Amino acid sequence: MASPRFILAFLFTICLSCVSYLEPWYQKWSGAENRSGDFLSVLIGDSRRLFSNQMVAKADAYFHSGYYPTIFDAPKEKEESHLSGDNDAEAGHDEDHDEQPGSTNHVEHAEHQHSATCGHNQKSEDGFLGPPKDWIDRFGRKFFPSQHSHLESGGEREILPWLRLSAELDPQRIDTYTVAAYWLRKRLGKIDEAEQFLRDGLRANPDSYELYFQLGQIFAENRNNLVRARNLLEIALRKWQEQEKAGLKPNELSYQQITGNLAKLEEKSGNVAQAIFYLKLLQEKSPVPQTIQQQIDDLQKK
Amino acid sequence: MNNALAVSGIVLKELYRRKDFYVLFILTALITLVMGSFKLFNDDKIVRYLKEICLLLIWVSSMVIAITTAARQLPAEKENRTIFPLLAKPITRGQLVLGKFLGCWFSSGLALLLFYVFFGVISGTREHQWPVLNYLQALSLHWIFLGVVIALVLLGSVVFTAVSSNATISFIVIVGILFVARHLNKIALQLAEPGRSIVYTIYFAVPHLELFDVRQLIIHNLPLIPWNMWLIACVYGIAYSLFFLLATWMVFRRKSLN
Repeated sequence: MASPRFILAFLFTICLSCVSYLEPWYQKWSGAENRSGDFLSVLIGDSRRLFSNQMVAKADAYFHSGYYPTIFDAPKEKEESHLSGDNDAEAGHDEDHDEQPGSTNHVEHAEHQHSATCGHNQKSEDGFLGPPKDWIDRFGRKFFPSQHSHLESGGEREILPWLRLSAELDPQRIDTYTVAAYWLRKRLGKIDEAEQFLRDGLRANPDSYELYFQLGQIFAENRNNLVRARNLLEIALRKWQEQEKAGLKPNELSYQQITGNLAKLEEKSGNVAQAIFYLKLLQEKSPVPQTIQQQIDDLQKK
Repeated sequence: MNNALAVSGIVLKELYRRKDFYVLFILTALITLVMGSFKLFNDDKIVRYLKEICLLLIWVSSMVIAITTAARQLPAEKENRTIFPLLAKPITRGQLVLGKFLGCWFSSGLALLLFYVFFGVISGTREHQWPVLNYLQALSLHWIFLGVVIALVLLGSVVFTAVSSNATISFIVIVGILFVARHLNKIALQLAEPGRSIVYTIYFAVPHLELFDVRQLIIHNLPLIPWNMWLIACVYGIAYSLFFLLATWMVFRRKSLN
């Protein structure tokens, strides 16, 4: 039997030989190159995307001051975030969109969506909890948030850490950036922070028409820089069209918002012909083309 | 009662000799301060996330302190054979159980007080408001909760043979109750008989520890719990503590110490 010291030295030599071969190979391996170097990615890998959705739900729960359904409440109802416009909500919204071109965007409808999704809650004070089922249930409601309320008067800032964390966990989740930017810009007056966050989003999602659109809105509405706003909206429109050509089925409401806002900007700048061009683009996808035609006619009369 | 208080004094001294509390307190403070040092979106008024993290750490730390302290009391006395001179004082087994309970409960309360003072200072300096009564309600309910937990773990320590198994099982049961107990009635209503009756019976039988977890009210600055409701919750918790203590005594008085 060889001495333990010899075995130890032998095993160490094998380890050293293996690592001298494997390390250069690992550095060249494409899988390693594509891997993000941040701490969370290394720690939890792709499962971080699941946690990202949880963080958005957490932000939504904060928006309601903790009054939020659990998995045990109303299990048959479809779960959806009250804060963000997810695809289904957007699709639903498409139908009842009031066709005011350029007036709003899907994130700005967050509150309207919220009213829609929580409508049943507002009808009764019990909301998703329903009437108390027994005395323990009735008694227990004094010990956790059991009244429907919303954050207001700047209190909305409390949802932001969870949205930031959600973006860290899943940088490809576009809604996180647009929702956070909406609250920062519209409710908290933090224009620089909203722009910065959207730019963070653009670094992770350079082909996102939603982010370009949001950024364009900041320059149009808050910075009053119509030239930059128009450039950004034109990029947004181009990105949208590229995605449509690639068969990715981009959101049609976003298209209406981009073209509508472009038409508004051109009209403001005195480029009536260009405004009409964008309105015609909008008309192609609009559920109420007659209204758009009316706007085109009005512009042509000018 | 004097004998029980004398025993509880020894347990209290044990807490500040051991390092568990200091480590958990420093860890809680460190994590909270690091999380609080982040300036999100250049807004230093964002505070609720910090309160949530701090309260979560306080709850976890207090549960760890209470469970580990209570779980080793009676087995350690048996293992070191100090239980024989202790019972020869003379102290009855009932007084010993009561003394151990009071010692663990007082020491947990002391730890809890320090944790909540830290929490109050952190949230007060960020929010610039001091809802002392809300904090007192949360602290007292939390303390009552720990009383039930300690009594339950003491019962476990005379039922299970090993400290580790008692601590693990108790932790799982308590966390399970905290997460699920409130919803058992909803689950029961979706089941067919006899499952419905069984789950509903469990719902009414288990101690509803989630009643004592009022973190969400504190985090979201919600109004005070009506004082009569607070009092009923305290009575409810103390009744369960006494129930588990009585059960512990009933098992322990017939148990062979050899």
